Amino acid sequence: MTDLKHIRNFSIVAHIDHGKSTLADRLIQKTGGLAEREMQQQVLDSMDIERERGITIKAQTVRLSYKANNGETYVLNLIDTPGHVDFAYEVNRSLAACEGSLLVVDASQGVEAQTLANVYQAIEVDHEIVPVLNKIDLPAAEPDRVKQQIEDVIGLDATDAVEISAKTGIGIDDVLEAIVERLPSPIGDRDAPLKAMLVDSWYDAYLGVIVLIRVIDGTIKKGQKVKMMNTGAIYDLDRVGVFTPKLVEMPELGPGEIGFITASIKEVADTNVGDTITDAKKPCAQALEGFRPAQPVVFCGLFPVDANDFEDLRAAMGKLRLNDASFSYEMETSAALGFGFRCGFLGLLHLEIIQERLSREFDLDLIATAPSVVYELGLRDGSETQLHNPADMPDVMKIEEIREPWIKANILTPDEYLGPILKLCQDRRGIQTDLTYVGTRAMVQYDLPLNEVVFDFYDRLKSISKGYASFDYQISDYRAGDLVKMSVLVNGEPVDALSMLVHRSAAEARGRVMCEKLKELIPQHLFKIPIQAAIGGKVIARETISALRKDVTAKCYGGDATRKRKLLDKQKAGKKKMRQFGKVEIPQEAFIKALKMGDN
Amino acid sequence: MHWPFCAAKCPYCDFNSHVHRGPFDEDAYVENYLTEISQTAELVPNRTVRSIFFGGGTPSLMQPQSVEKIINAISTKWQLSNDVEITLEANPTSVEQEKFQAIRLAGVNRVSLGVQSLRADPLAALGRLHSVEDAVAAVKLAQSNFDRVSYDLIYARPNQTLDEWRDELNEALDLAREHISLYALTIEHGTRYYDLFHAGKLAMPDPELSADFYELTQEICEARGLPAYEISNHAAPGEESRHNLTYWQYGEYAGIGPGAHGRLLIDGQRHATSTERMPFKWAEYVSAKGDGFVEFDALSRGEQADEYLLMGLRLKTGISPSRFEALAGQKLRQEQIDHLTEIGFVEILADGNLRVTDKGWPVLDAVVADLAA
Repeated sequence: MTDLKHIRNFSIVAHIDHGKSTLADRLIQKTGGLAEREMQQQVLDSMDIERERGITIKAQTVRLSYKANNGETYVLNLIDTPGHVDFAYEVNRSLAACEGSLLVVDASQGVEAQTLANVYQAIEVDHEIVPVLNKIDLPAAEPDRVKQQIEDVIGLDATDAVEISAKTGIGIDDVLEAIVERLPSPIGDRDAPLKAMLVDSWYDAYLGVIVLIRVIDGTIKKGQKVKMMNTGAIYDLDRVGVFTPKLVEMPELGPGEIGFITASIKEVADTNVGDTITDAKKPCAQALEGFRPAQPVVFCGLFPVDANDFEDLRAAMGKLRLNDASFSYEMETSAALGFGFRCGFLGLLHLEIIQERLSREFDLDLIATAPSVVYELGLRDGSETQLHNPADMPDVMKIEEIREPWIKANILTPDEYLGPILKLCQDRRGIQTDLTYVGTRAMVQYDLPLNEVVFDFYDRLKSISKGYASFDYQISDYRAGDLVKMSVLVNGEPVDALSMLVHRSAAEARGRVMCEKLKELIPQHLFKIPIQAAIGGKVIARETISALRKDVTAKCYGGDATRKRKLLDKQKAGKKKMRQFGKVEIPQEAFIKALKMGDN
Repeated sequence: MHWPFCAAKCPYCDFNSHVHRGPFDEDAYVENYLTEISQTAELVPNRTVRSIFFGGGTPSLMQPQSVEKIINAISTKWQLSNDVEITLEANPTSVEQEKFQAIRLAGVNRVSLGVQSLRADPLAALGRLHSVEDAVAAVKLAQSNFDRVSYDLIYARPNQTLDEWRDELNEALDLAREHISLYALTIEHGTRYYDLFHAGKLAMPDPELSADFYELTQEICEARGLPAYEISNHAAPGEESRHNLTYWQYGEYAGIGPGAHGRLLIDGQRHATSTERMPFKWAEYVSAKGDGFVEFDALSRGEQADEYLLMGLRLKTGISPSRFEALAGQKLRQEQIDHLTEIGFVEILADGNLRVTDKGWPVLDAVVADLAA
């Protein structure tokens, strides 16, 4: 066990691509956590998706041993926090497990919206923050301008910012010294009853659920009987240890230390991030503050392209949930898409990650319906209910009020793109709350309905700003809105997978775009097909697909039979992938593409 | 019988045709046909041959004695029926016209001429080596030499209007006697037209206009006494191409020569065969092993049923649902037939056959796909 004075717990706050993982790798290398041959680029991001996208999904931790210039040896615990707002609560808990942060900013790119959101979170949990300018070796690096920006935008003193290049190794020693010199050591009472925070947990095929903890008071050791204060569950600890980043068992962990425990915990769902772990026989008086259970904010339906994959999909979701308790799913039936699941996610990135993991790790072809937010319905009879799926909307006559979630969005952009970005936000019912300039960059804050953001807002933002604008948001509150359910009818049959809740003012435009898209996406049939968008019984937009008039092979003789048969096979296979709506066959891509609506 | 050589490659044609320059020993090359005929006759012995078709390529470039040798070989290995139909495809150039008599003497009793157009500009655009005058003369000469003559035209060509086609078709029908084949121009993969079309340099009619072309063609031919008996083939009653009917009625046929396809019944099992496409490689195969087969596949019930459906529904007489059932081992889906009947695309004839209606013909491929699915 290490005495408190020789412990530093820190995390790294950065925007995607600003070099957080590379810096972490360097720190591990420099302190000898891994031999050269064991270094794999970006050691901490262990999932393929994390490595490819340069983002962290699960919190990871590494314990470094560093002999400082003052001759003393320190334990440095780095928690690599998830870098995305979807995981805001996880980020908050990871940060709460540390006393300080390194704020890594790309010396050529400057501060981004995501950096801002994360650094504010670090400030909120009283972190000491050391600014670090990365990529200082690049010709485009402008350290002085970026320091100024850090001071102006974030309000941090950047005079002593550490200038580094994580890629080449410049300045890594200075970072280590700054951690020791400038970050506070943790405080805690070794003799008090055990109080530890559950920072994160994940499933390991060999060890079962691994729980990442930060010990606040007391000690935790192998064989100890511990209690999760929120769930009330009691476990005998099998192992206690740390990551160096290799898993190393320890006899015990004391106050200020960060490490892991394992017990016979079967599912990640049994462990709640933010829960307080205490001794079962001698519990601490009070649980830690700030605990809240994971709440999905975005829902969508996931359906197998091939109906035969349904059971595989169910199994895959079960496996994913083993490791990600914030993801929820329940069975859903759609006339359009057959059997599938209604799934809840922490946000859009979370949705994308789960979808990608299902297709990549489990080799499943999926159709996702339009993401929908969780609406609150106030009914005429005085009761309240939540709506996760537009298809389940009760009769409008029974509804007094529909409330939708709003977000506070931060957008940072080079000022030349500000005009179109403001228009985009206005079009999406946004309310501007702040607009400031930092040099040639504008920072604008908007209140936006989340419902408008889940509709490819981010893609639009990226495209109108040529990728330069950055965006981050936090859920703020629920507000009543004039929302209506828009249904889509193909050849007179409602297509449940395409129904959606929209603001009345946007319904007609959405309906028109949807009908136009479907007209492009549904192939011609032998008969003409009307496509309608409707609110209740009222048609607000319509298009017609004309009947197919010419589709015949002019020449077909003895030598063509084989080729034509093979073509017919392909056609049959294609038809199998279509969804039957009455007499109309709709290709699956049509659903996917129709649901990916742009602002065109 | 596939003769793979042409004097020039036409820009729209995706057939197995090759332009051969340099010394060529035709007698030696023809030996391969004779070898392949004997070998095939051992696989499917004791057949009565009802038709022979020399296609290509340009079989009219063959020497008449080559044609004769092949016909003789067939008649030795199998039995020719008394009314055997022997067709040869010919191009209407003056060189070929000179051979008509000799070809007739070799045993050919029907020719099919690749006229393609009766207008000078389109002929040039289609890469044809003959003039309009050549074509008219060739048709007339053929008609005086052979009992039965057909010729081909291509319509729905780039920039062609309906009025232009109406005039051209009427002239063509003045010239035609008992049979004509009228093909809507199709852009085939691997042709020069394909590249031009995809480079945006070929103004092809849109689906609406090409549907109008098709309807107009049916209307005029019907009125002129040469109704369609197949999607692109028109004949006076009884003058249908017997050979091609075998394909569409899903009968048995042997393919001889490079890139030729066959459907052979061996011990009651239908096989799909095809031979090597490259002319000289095929010849090497035949000299080495007696045949040029590169494919020899037993067809499953489902495959046979699909082929019967897609070939048979091209005919005005339609398909026999009971034969389909015998091939497939299951019936056509009644629900699908009912729906297609209700919207007017198929009908059941008095003899019980299922056929595609006049309304259904222009969209035959979609109807077949619906029935087969």
